[in-house]
Amino acid sequence: MANKIIARNLNFFYGKTQALFENNIEIEENKITAIIGPSGCGKSTHLRIYNRIFELYRDQKADGELIIDGENVLSKDVDVLELRRKVGMIFQKPTPFPMSVFDNVAYPMKLHFKLTKSEIADRVEKALRGASLWDEVKDKLKTSGLALSGGQQQRLCIARAIAAQPEIILMDEPTSAIDPVATLKIEELLLHLKKDYTIVIVTHNMQQASRISDYTGFFYKGRILEFDVTNNIFTNPKNKKTEEYITGRFG
Amino acid sequence: MQSLSNIESKRRPLFFRKLVDRCVRIFSIFSITLAIGGMLWILWTVISHGIKVIDWGFLTHPSKPYGIPDAGIANALIGTIFITLGSAIISVPPAIAAGIYLAEFAKHSKTGNFLRFCANVMMGMPSIIVGLFVYIILVVPLGTFSGLAGSIALSIIMFPVVMRTTEDMLGMVSYTLRESALALGMTRARTTLCIVCRSAKNGLITGILLALARVSGETAPLLFTALFSDSWPTGYFSHPTANMPVLITEYSTNSPFESMHAAGWGAALIITALVLIINICTRIIFKEKHGK
Amino acid sequence: MFATDKIFRLACFICASIIGLLMLGFFIQLICSSLIAWEEFGISFLWSSEWDPVDEKFGALPSILGTLITTTIALIIALPLSFVSALYLVDLPAVIGKILSQALDLLAAIPSVIYGMWGLFILVPIMQLHVQPFLVDTLGLAKLPFIGRFIGEYYNGFGFVTAGIILALMILPYICAIMRDIFKMTPPMLRESAFGVGCTRWETAWNIVIRYGIRGLLGGIFIGLGRALGETMAVLFVIGNMTELPLALFDSGTTIAATLANNFAEADGIQRGVLFALGLILLMMSFGIQVFAQWYLHATSANRGEER
Repeated sequence: MANKIIARNLNFFYGKTQALFENNIEIEENKITAIIGPSGCGKSTHLRIYNRIFELYRDQKADGELIIDGENVLSKDVDVLELRRKVGMIFQKPTPFPMSVFDNVAYPMKLHFKLTKSEIADRVEKALRGASLWDEVKDKLKTSGLALSGGQQQRLCIARAIAAQPEIILMDEPTSAIDPVATLKIEELLLHLKKDYTIVIVTHNMQQASRISDYTGFFYKGRILEFDVTNNIFTNPKNKKTEEYITGRFG
Repeated sequence: MQSLSNIESKRRPLFFRKLVDRCVRIFSIFSITLAIGGMLWILWTVISHGIKVIDWGFLTHPSKPYGIPDAGIANALIGTIFITLGSAIISVPPAIAAGIYLAEFAKHSKTGNFLRFCANVMMGMPSIIVGLFVYIILVVPLGTFSGLAGSIALSIIMFPVVMRTTEDMLGMVSYTLRESALALGMTRARTTLCIVCRSAKNGLITGILLALARVSGETAPLLFTALFSDSWPTGYFSHPTANMPVLITEYSTNSPFESMHAAGWGAALIITALVLIINICTRIIFKEKHGK
Repeated sequence: MFATDKIFRLACFICASIIGLLMLGFFIQLICSSLIAWEEFGISFLWSSEWDPVDEKFGALPSILGTLITTTIALIIALPLSFVSALYLVDLPAVIGKILSQALDLLAAIPSVIYGMWGLFILVPIMQLHVQPFLVDTLGLAKLPFIGRFIGEYYNGFGFVTAGIILALMILPYICAIMRDIFKMTPPMLRESAFGVGCTRWETAWNIVIRYGIRGLLGGIFIGLGRALGETMAVLFVIGNMTELPLALFDSGTTIAATLANNFAEADGIQRGVLFALGLILLMMSFGIQVFAQWYLHATSANRGEER
């Protein structure tokens, strides 16, 4: 299996404070990779490098190499708009755009592709089905995306991400603001999605990581202390800190 | 992945999207330069024209009709100070009380919301309408224009501004402070006046000063109330009273003479300087106090 | 409850109710004082364009149209400028953004009579000697079929366009400050998710942030509109003061506020009633606009409350 994403010696700075130190990681294609660790350890920060969303903020900087499909995406030549199309992102809280359900999904398509009306309608349906949301919203495509329930909103965001035809989907604690039943639905959805996409998920919830991920990385104070097949991490951690964390002694 | 390759051919070129983004960026730099540049242009004009006529005599002599030597603007300056301070004396105490009512007694009540709405609407009232109103209720019955009428017109403009500022400032005082004062057995009145208002003092003073600065340059309402005269403002209560804004208007629109225009620029410089100095000073002082 | 507290509360309430009484008083007084004009001319006063103090025939149309034209010009200029300025202010590094914002606040603090004076002595000559000759004679805009008629062949620097430019400069800082606050209120995560699907900064602002803050933006626009509508001095100096039906943009004209300021001193009898009637019209217009503005701004703050 090919490695989709390779990070080499990634460092990250908030102003003068260094938040990530020498992160090295290799993420395999069409797998779910979970990133766990205590809060403030830099998991979200690490994820935010992948689509260079951190560049919105003037004082944040990353150095090192981040190779996606053999290309260092941190280099100046890489087009950030194209990168963000290819690398979708889901946030802690559902963030539907203030427009209708249909337009939420259609918007990124119209942004990146020239499609006819019927093509868009087809693809919106496909994306909503892909996010297993179609059956719930097919009668209210015209209502505001903000009118859906929390879990539905998050799946709408997933459909929106799919609509841009990405290859990688980043998820930053996507279920932290959602009730347990809706969470299970999203987890099921992720297991489906990994056939087509490479998924990297930051999570606070160790059960979630063990339930859905193939690989798990453990972050601690800005460093990757351990990275392995999920099963190994949870049953036979090599690092002492990892063991303490997964057995619930801190975090 | 059949669909992917199919859709690849329909990519929207990034070039145009980025071009639009660039253009907007350039346009926004342009427009902010225009706004700031416009301000600097106005300031520079006022300063360069005004500085020429300002000397000691200009500041100490009263205004005189065209052709009479030793004319100045002292009476208008003092008149403006009288009128503005008068408006503060009239409007500030009740406006603060009104703000206290909104903040302490009527946070979410219907009456409170209605009065808050009225204050907001009144803040946006054209000042010339205020002038008309005061003309009807004061100038007509008393039979004369007066500085006092001008003060009342300005106080009507100030009232809602001070009222809303007071409410906002009191709203920022923490509830624990209020509760601990009440717990000591103080009355609500004392708590509000001695504790809450005192801790919001800086904000209140800033709000009042900024409102004063704003009304001191108001012209339209004074046209119908204080009017203008070349005498010293001794007839504040009963006669037309000299003031800076109307002097500027009179000298620059109703006079064909170069020297009157020059005097108008001098007066413009002084009033602009006053307003901006009050603005800048209050902002700096208040910010320092806030930072500590 | 202590007795002093009751008195205190009552006193505060009385002071607060002044504002409501004032608002009511404005309407009552202006209606009473203008009755004489309404009785004489009836409702057709609103669309009559006559203005003849000697014959004592008056109509409000020139003033109303003038107000609408100058306000529209001001908004057309100020809206896009303040929108993109606000966008840029939010994006700038914090220190520079703050300094520029403060400068804009100061711009808003300059008395309007100063704008008027600057307009009269600086802008009017520039319009007369450079801008208008260029547009009319060099570009020949006045010769264009149809459109040319609205631009006007004759110019003297005064008129609607000049007044509109001054008004635009005056209301720009107000609208800009409100828009800046709206942009700052947008949740960072919403902005990030817009960037996350590959939007440029402009696309994020135009497609996402606008929709999110639309009510606040409208409120801000209405507040600016209200200012432009009622502004007297800045307009009075440069409008040219001709109480005639406006035919072209470069014509001299008048606005309600300017008509009031210009004619009030000499007016008596029926003309005074006419001026009060104009005042009442202006009051109604700006009251309506303020009500809209408050309604929109109130709705945004209610929305914000829910989301917290």
